[in-house]
Amino acid sequence: MEFLANLSLGFATALSPMNVFLAFVGCFVGTMVGVLPGVGPIATIAMLMPLTLKVDPTGALIMLAGIYYGAQYGGSTTAILLNIPGEVTAVVTALDGHEMAKKGQAGAALGIAALGSFFAGTVATLIIAAIGAPLTRLALLFGPAEYFGLMVFGLGLAIVLARGSVLKAVIMVVLGLLLSTVGTDLETGQDRLTLGIGELSDGVDFAVLAMGVFGIAEILRNLENPESRSGAIAQIGRLLPTREELRRCFGPILRATGIGSVLGILPGNGAVLGPFASYAVEKKLARDPSRFGKGAIEGVAGPESANNAGAQTSFIPLLTLGIPPNAVMALMVGAMTIHGLIPGPQVMTKHPTLFWGMIASMWIGNLFLLIINLPLIGLWVRLLKVPYRLMFTTILVFCAIGIYSINNNPYDVYFTAFFGLAGYVFIKLGLEPAPMLLGFVLGRLMEEKLRQALALSEGSFMTFVERPVAAGLLVLAGAVMLIAVLPAVSRSREKAFQE
Amino acid sequence: MKRVLSLLVLSLVSGIAAAQPYPSRPVTIIVPFAAGGPTDIIARISGEYFSKALGQQFVVENVAGAGGTTGITRGAQAKPDGYTIMMGHMGTHGAAPALYANLKYDPAKDFTPIGLVAGTPILIVARKDFPAANLKEFIAKVKDPAAKVKQAHAGVGSVSFTTCTLLTSQLGAKSIVAAYRGTGPALNDLVGGQVDYMCDQIVNLVEQVKGGSIRAYAIATPQRSPALPDVPTTKEAGLPGYQVSAWNALFAPKGLPKEIHARLNDTLVKALDDDATRKRLLELGSVIPERAGRSPEALQKLVESEVARWNPILKPFAQQ
Repeated sequence: MEFLANLSLGFATALSPMNVFLAFVGCFVGTMVGVLPGVGPIATIAMLMPLTLKVDPTGALIMLAGIYYGAQYGGSTTAILLNIPGEVTAVVTALDGHEMAKKGQAGAALGIAALGSFFAGTVATLIIAAIGAPLTRLALLFGPAEYFGLMVFGLGLAIVLARGSVLKAVIMVVLGLLLSTVGTDLETGQDRLTLGIGELSDGVDFAVLAMGVFGIAEILRNLENPESRSGAIAQIGRLLPTREELRRCFGPILRATGIGSVLGILPGNGAVLGPFASYAVEKKLARDPSRFGKGAIEGVAGPESANNAGAQTSFIPLLTLGIPPNAVMALMVGAMTIHGLIPGPQVMTKHPTLFWGMIASMWIGNLFLLIINLPLIGLWVRLLKVPYRLMFTTILVFCAIGIYSINNNPYDVYFTAFFGLAGYVFIKLGLEPAPMLLGFVLGRLMEEKLRQALALSEGSFMTFVERPVAAGLLVLAGAVMLIAVLPAVSRSREKAFQE
Repeated sequence: MKRVLSLLVLSLVSGIAAAQPYPSRPVTIIVPFAAGGPTDIIARISGEYFSKALGQQFVVENVAGAGGTTGITRGAQAKPDGYTIMMGHMGTHGAAPALYANLKYDPAKDFTPIGLVAGTPILIVARKDFPAANLKEFIAKVKDPAAKVKQAHAGVGSVSFTTCTLLTSQLGAKSIVAAYRGTGPALNDLVGGQVDYMCDQIVNLVEQVKGGSIRAYAIATPQRSPALPDVPTTKEAGLPGYQVSAWNALFAPKGLPKEIHARLNDTLVKALDDDATRKRLLELGSVIPERAGRSPEALQKLVESEVARWNPILKPFAQQ
């Protein structure tokens, strides 16, 4: 009964006209900025955070959450329409979503993404409300050794999921790992691989790398051949999926919601694995896996649902422990502290209206996404139909402003330009940037967790064998990678990714 | 004719600019860390008072990187016209010279000190089931090599790193040390019981201590904190020599005009007497300096003594 009392308190708070308005504004502005190619939720929240400083803390958090969902959905929109994922979790959406768009089914892809996200968001909201606190205890069982196992598993999946040859995927993952080692060494404080450039001492920024290899490189590729612009989606088609499509997506959405919710709770950005894991599972379960990568609607529905479920359950460690599991949540911590709230276990007891109001507003935010975005897809598309010579310059300017505004650092803009050129070279060489990005994100954490685990075990590698969860994850990772190189599987895998 | 006219206009405009009292346009406060950290919050709270008192916006610009030295380097090189000031910190103006061989500024020589804003006390905390009832037992454990006590810190150069290094060097003890990227992940593993103890600023730990997910042994200030009144001071708990705080202070580039300098210090002194500002700083667990501690001279002394104090302790960890 307490569960219902808490939820009704939350909805009473979130449904006040002011808070509904703020949730709406957040979703709308978030989508508008998030739909800009290359601008992911992190950049969007960072850019729009000043907007929320004038509102009371509850309203500010509701608006920020709205911006977050909006930006994420905006990122999926560009992934589908332009093949430019705004962030790493939308990479998977682009695989089949953009193929669907090429076939004139962009509307169905966008529609199923919104519907799947709404369903996943509803379930995740209920999960947070019901079992947030007990679940956090489970996540805490993960120490450095277990995290290391999880990261290796994630990289194994990245290789299996990559299009093209296994060798090329391994190359890109390793390149990502190498890039992640640039910067100050964690334990000694020494600079590594910085070439004497002071601006690299904090490493390569994720946003810089992602915007470069995805955003700028995509623009360059399009400039090369203006007539056959891959982003030129001639028609959107119907938005609502057919009964047959819904039937096909029902299972994937359900499974992805479960996968995404569980991974999202893990502190350490487990949410990033959700879409990848969901895609892999659906492909595995599909009667005809060769459809994946060629516009399978399940390949959009699953990852999008997993993404949204994870995005939401990643609030659990933040709200119950005060520990941000990823960069977006770290920004949320920043916003809360600016308002004089220190995130932690006491938020729930000391500010119950804020806590439950925010949880209720998550569901309201998801509803708004559905309401705003389905009718407005036309507007977003028209935004993308602007002639290239106008759009590219505008996008480049916005990218530069967005990148600059993250750290107020002009070097970030230069580095983005550099990675844009590098990304163009990758395209020419037929190398996929997505595994590199995942290697980059996981590499930093992996090194950190490996060194922490070894420091705590005083250098003994036995810690990875003695701890059952860590050992289990590493065995799983080994199995996944083995499967990828097995001749029989790799043949069918190549068939699956052939275009 | 045209040139003469434009010259006339130009001199008129610059004449007006010179005649206008400071500040006549918004002032930038460089915060050398990302938004949301203790330094950022303190800068925003004090900036709000400055904006109200001086009638111009004091805008926080976050320039993070290299333990705060990126932002302070930029601030040191700015024009000393009072329109760029910065929120320095125990790390950037105390520990940095020992840690960064290529530091492009001298904390004691390249700035006009405006005044100390707040000190953030340091707590010694351990996982909740650590087998020590008080600080004395805790110290005995840390000193015992057989106990293999594990320390976490938030990265070389962070407050949690420098203050815990000070602790172990005072105790002559050696812990197993695990480095994390930021307080969040380190705290995560402390709550989860993967590591045994850490030192950090009270603002980062207060909710977890109150919630009982970690335990605090002592606070390294002369007085107990109203935020955690049950936690004894290091003096009470038997380690009087361990006095350390992550202080924040306002600096301007070297060569700030006298009138502007006096105006800024005067506003700071008043800000720290303002009830609303005090309340918000105290809520963070900060310690507000007494009148005597708010002068530029006191800050200059603090910087010099801090640089001298950290140098021998942190030199072994310096960047090559």
